[in-house]
Amino acid sequence: MKVVLDHLTKIFPNRNKKGSDVVAVSDFTFEIPDGKLIGLLGPSGCGKSTTLNLISGLETPTSGRIYFGEDDVTDLPPENRGIGLVFQNYALYPHMTVRQNILFPLQNLKGDARLSKEVMEEKALEAAKLVQIQDYMERKPAELSGGQQQRVAIARALVKMPRVLLLDEPLSNLDARLRLQTREEIRRIQRETGITTIFVTHDQEEAMSITDMIVVMSAGVVQQIGKPQDVYDDPVNLFVAKFLGTPAINVFEGRVKDGKLYIGEDDVLDLAGSDIFSEELQKADRPVWVGIRPEGFIPDEAGMMNCGLTAVEVMGRDTSVVCTHSAAPGQSIRAIIGAEYKVDESKPTVNFRLRPNKVYLFDKETEKRIY
Amino acid sequence: MDKQNNKAWLYLLPAIVFLGIFMVYPLVDVLVYSFEEDYNFASQTYSGTGGYNYAYVLRDPYFLQALKNTLILVAITVPLSTGIALLISLALNSIKKLKELFQTVYFLPYVTNTLAVGLVFMILFKKTAYTDGLVNLVITWFGGSAVDFIDGPYWAKMFVLCFYTIWVVMPFKILILTSALASVNQDYYNAAKIDGTSKLRTFTRITLPMISPMIFYLVITGFIGAFKAYSDAVAIFGTDLNAAGMNTIVGYIYDMLYGNSGGYPSFASAAALILFAIVLTITCINLMISGRRVHY
Repeated sequence: MKVVLDHLTKIFPNRNKKGSDVVAVSDFTFEIPDGKLIGLLGPSGCGKSTTLNLISGLETPTSGRIYFGEDDVTDLPPENRGIGLVFQNYALYPHMTVRQNILFPLQNLKGDARLSKEVMEEKALEAAKLVQIQDYMERKPAELSGGQQQRVAIARALVKMPRVLLLDEPLSNLDARLRLQTREEIRRIQRETGITTIFVTHDQEEAMSITDMIVVMSAGVVQQIGKPQDVYDDPVNLFVAKFLGTPAINVFEGRVKDGKLYIGEDDVLDLAGSDIFSEELQKADRPVWVGIRPEGFIPDEAGMMNCGLTAVEVMGRDTSVVCTHSAAPGQSIRAIIGAEYKVDESKPTVNFRLRPNKVYLFDKETEKRIY
Repeated sequence: MDKQNNKAWLYLLPAIVFLGIFMVYPLVDVLVYSFEEDYNFASQTYSGTGGYNYAYVLRDPYFLQALKNTLILVAITVPLSTGIALLISLALNSIKKLKELFQTVYFLPYVTNTLAVGLVFMILFKKTAYTDGLVNLVITWFGGSAVDFIDGPYWAKMFVLCFYTIWVVMPFKILILTSALASVNQDYYNAAKIDGTSKLRTFTRITLPMISPMIFYLVITGFIGAFKAYSDAVAIFGTDLNAAGMNTIVGYIYDMLYGNSGGYPSFASAAALILFAIVLTITCINLMISGRRVHY
């Protein structure tokens, strides 16, 4: 089932008379293809959870429409939309066993939709098997680990075979190891059922690792939509570039002049004569934000980028070089270099040359990407 | 380890001393009195020991009347007050406008003096030479005949007492239940909404189990409180409760202690222990039931 969001906007009126209304989601238009796993990604307060609530029907949009397939569901109450929702805290009913929790949505069905007891039990068991919780059917949620509770919550959301599965920060209550394991699990379950799934997260690693597509949001506005790798490689603005990737991208104040890119006094990159930089940019003379991914640095004695060396952290597979630069005051720069390069820790400075495809230029005012 | 223990006892000492002197010792004393016949406070003498006090109290028509009154009061007021409090709390929880105002209004009886409230009830119910009381005015307005609620038939008096008791205990229950309802995580309701749970089912399958510990707490304390009822009856019917036929067990104990110049501490002790036995039994039954029904 594809999900279409058409100019979706949600404005929360201000509680008191003073102050302005809060625009939680602004003009969100996106067609989520059938059977895909989509991640809504953004810092807290960016409107991603509100978007999810709009799709689930727990909130009504101020304007805009929502379609599931060809059906306009904007005015339907949540129960008639055919969705399954997994809450951040799972919201398992603590006084019911796992079985009762999973059965609960089925027992709510009325009239023709109501199933016989045997079929209900069968479906509940099926859902439990899908999330591999079938051995714990008679336990109460409090007797389960966090990861197991998560599975029960997913089983409960899936038991009615929803058209769309929504997950609100599904992994944030789990510890790091369980998180890795559970995200694989979510991916597997989504593949097996083929249900269009939308999940909300503020963890970019989580979003990138399992989704087919990510939607990066900030302050209610969609910044970029695309395949995780594409968004990482090709961010449209400084926000997206900063938000994706660990360690984060390094940002410098720089200048394009005479076909060269300057960071501070160092002319770090030659733009002239290269076919990847536009002619306009090669001729330009303007201040820019320069974003360089950690993997964009190559230690080179002859390199033009000169940084003060703070520390070298060897992490086995690769090495992390922490340094400073006058064009990025107050922040430390992190470069990830391959094990084949060596950096002399005793020296006060280190020189790099840059990989042009890991360097991004952003407009100083709009922060939009210009290269 | 031993040193640690000594220290612990030292810290516990003040509480133990006070509890011992003012709680444990009197309790034991009451137990002793209840088996001593004709105990006299002044001379500290008694004529014999045995179960005579219990036999006397259990045959005393005043005690039996008090027991009957108390049981009726408990049976009517505890379920009714808890049920009505739950309904009011649900209503309070679902309104947005004027919520604080209503919460305050419903809490007012709690901070109002029992005897002042008793006075108000007199005005509402008492028949005097000049007026039949407000309630009777309403009854006659609708074509009924006036009833004397204070000195009239037994059921009318019991009605006033129950009404009064329910009204007095309600605020605390509403307070507890509204906060219990408010503390149920909204996500449970959202989850139920998404699953298309009907309002009634949401209430019976989610809300009620979630607040069941609080409900049982209120039922147990309600039982104990109602068994100990006394001041309410005094507020309405005056101090001579036996004459009004509206005495309660605690009222009976009080009369036995201080009534008729000198009193009968042995009978009072026996009655107190009978009350204790009843309350203990009921509370145990309550706990047994709640152990099965309260889920976490």
